[in-house]
Amino acid sequence: MANSLYTKKVMAHFKKPHNYGKIKDPDGVGKVGNLICGDVMWLYIKVGQNKKKQEIIKEIKFETFGCVAAIATSSAITDLAKGKTLEEAMKIGKSQVVESLGELPPVKLHCSVLASDALVEAIHDYFSKNKKDIPADLEIKHQKISKEKEETARRYKDWVEMEEKMKGE
Amino acid sequence: MPTLKKIKKNTKKNKSIKKVKMSGVYLDYGAATPVDPRVLKALASFEAKVFGNTMSLHSFGQEAKAALEESREIVAKMMGAQAEEVIFTGSATESNNIALKGVALANKQKGNHIIISSIEHSCVAESAKWLESQGFEVTKAKVDQYGLVDPKDIEQQIKKETILVSIMHANNEIGTIEPIGEIGKICRGKGVYFHTDAVQSFGKVPVNVEEMNIDLLTASSHKMYGPKGAACLYIRKGANIAPILHGGGQEFGLRPSTVNVPAIYGFAQACLLCQKEMAKESQRLAKLRDKLIKGVMEKIEGTYLNGHPQKRLANNANFRFEFVEGESLLIQLDMAGIAGSTGSACSSAKLEPSHVLLAIGLRPQEAHGSLRLTLGRWTTDKEINYVLKTLPGIIRQLREISPFKRTLN
Repeated sequence: MANSLYTKKVMAHFKKPHNYGKIKDPDGVGKVGNLICGDVMWLYIKVGQNKKKQEIIKEIKFETFGCVAAIATSSAITDLAKGKTLEEAMKIGKSQVVESLGELPPVKLHCSVLASDALVEAIHDYFSKNKKDIPADLEIKHQKISKEKEETARRYKDWVEMEEKMKGE
Repeated sequence: MPTLKKIKKNTKKNKSIKKVKMSGVYLDYGAATPVDPRVLKALASFEAKVFGNTMSLHSFGQEAKAALEESREIVAKMMGAQAEEVIFTGSATESNNIALKGVALANKQKGNHIIISSIEHSCVAESAKWLESQGFEVTKAKVDQYGLVDPKDIEQQIKKETILVSIMHANNEIGTIEPIGEIGKICRGKGVYFHTDAVQSFGKVPVNVEEMNIDLLTASSHKMYGPKGAACLYIRKGANIAPILHGGGQEFGLRPSTVNVPAIYGFAQACLLCQKEMAKESQRLAKLRDKLIKGVMEKIEGTYLNGHPQKRLANNANFRFEFVEGESLLIQLDMAGIAGSTGSACSSAKLEPSHVLLAIGLRPQEAHGSLRLTLGRWTTDKEINYVLKTLPGIIRQLREISPFKRTLN
């Protein structure tokens, strides 16, 4: 019996996610989503340089709590971002994520947004940690994501507090 | 011409064909049951012969009509009702809509208040919501952490405007069996109609509309090894109810539509089997269920049981796993050949976690990690062993990817 809920590519990522786990000493971390909605994505990056001395994503890993689409998009974005220059990586959008997976059910498209947001946040985190100039469009994206996070937090104040407690490592 | 005798004879004759061939381990009997092969066989010869419209006066029509009335008797008898108190519909959703809207509209002179529980199936909850938009007042009775409605609470909520109380017999998600006998008694005492959605319990737990003081009861064929497309609504004789559909007067004018006789015939046939095998089967299932629950709780840390430990359907196990999302879990299980269901938001079209799990006090993030496994007629000990062998690894794998795994250790 075949399950046609997701495409073969989505299922392949879900079955064997690429680059999952934690980077011990990350240069940047992006944390998006929230437990209440059911998807949480943490993306870790290590930044290096290519031959042209451009900064690139040398290593990338994810940890995700979420549905099949959330796990598959997390895995897919690590593939898309790995080895790319930061400039290229921050431009990876949801449509590229969806394209690389073939297709996502309409109700799951937000998972691809989550994945590209996580990458934006990780790169932004790297720039701000290292006190580097933050490119204008990256800052705009970051502001937008932060605003959405705040809105969700306000909506689910009590629950988010609980979530923070759960996160306490 | 199929007679009650023949149906019974058929049942006996086909006793040997009990197996349903299934690839994989199907543990979603709460969603749909396969049609029992004995029902299927009886249906095949029936459908080939009986096709008339029950409203036709010729022999073809009257043959169908006779089969319909035989079926009505069988279903009515199983719940301790009179045949003329049972109408057939196309689905439990339809039955529940007729029950709520029909009673509300017919009794609005008397009052406009309706009580349901906060864990009703969406067809009851949505019907109540629609009635609210039409000027009725709806109270949703709370449930405790196990999903139990408190009869005393219902008693307190009933006021002079109350015309109907609708509380399900057994919950479809967590399997909790409600004290409907007590609630029925209270409603009868106060002169309020009492409806129960018995879709999950009928055929699994004895139901008697007289002993339980039930005025309206919904049951469905496809949850009890009958075909889809047939359900029933018991309506106590003399109850004041208005039709929702208007047409040719079938089913005492309450469900005008050409009657789906073959599905109803299959439904009745399925009822006979359930009735005959209920006592033994529920014992067998309870044993398997308890083994499953015990095994899962022992083998997997961070696991909780949703629903009542004892007052639950013999075939229902509902778990919550910390830090695991239900849809991912479901698809992993599906890949391993195990079929279950979840109350996770991600699996629903609305992207909201199950209202039942929220009503028993779970936080949304907790409701995401729920898994319902419902056992049935062809569930074997071997299958339960397979689940107990497979599930821990899948949970471990999903937790491995999850950012919250460290909080467990």
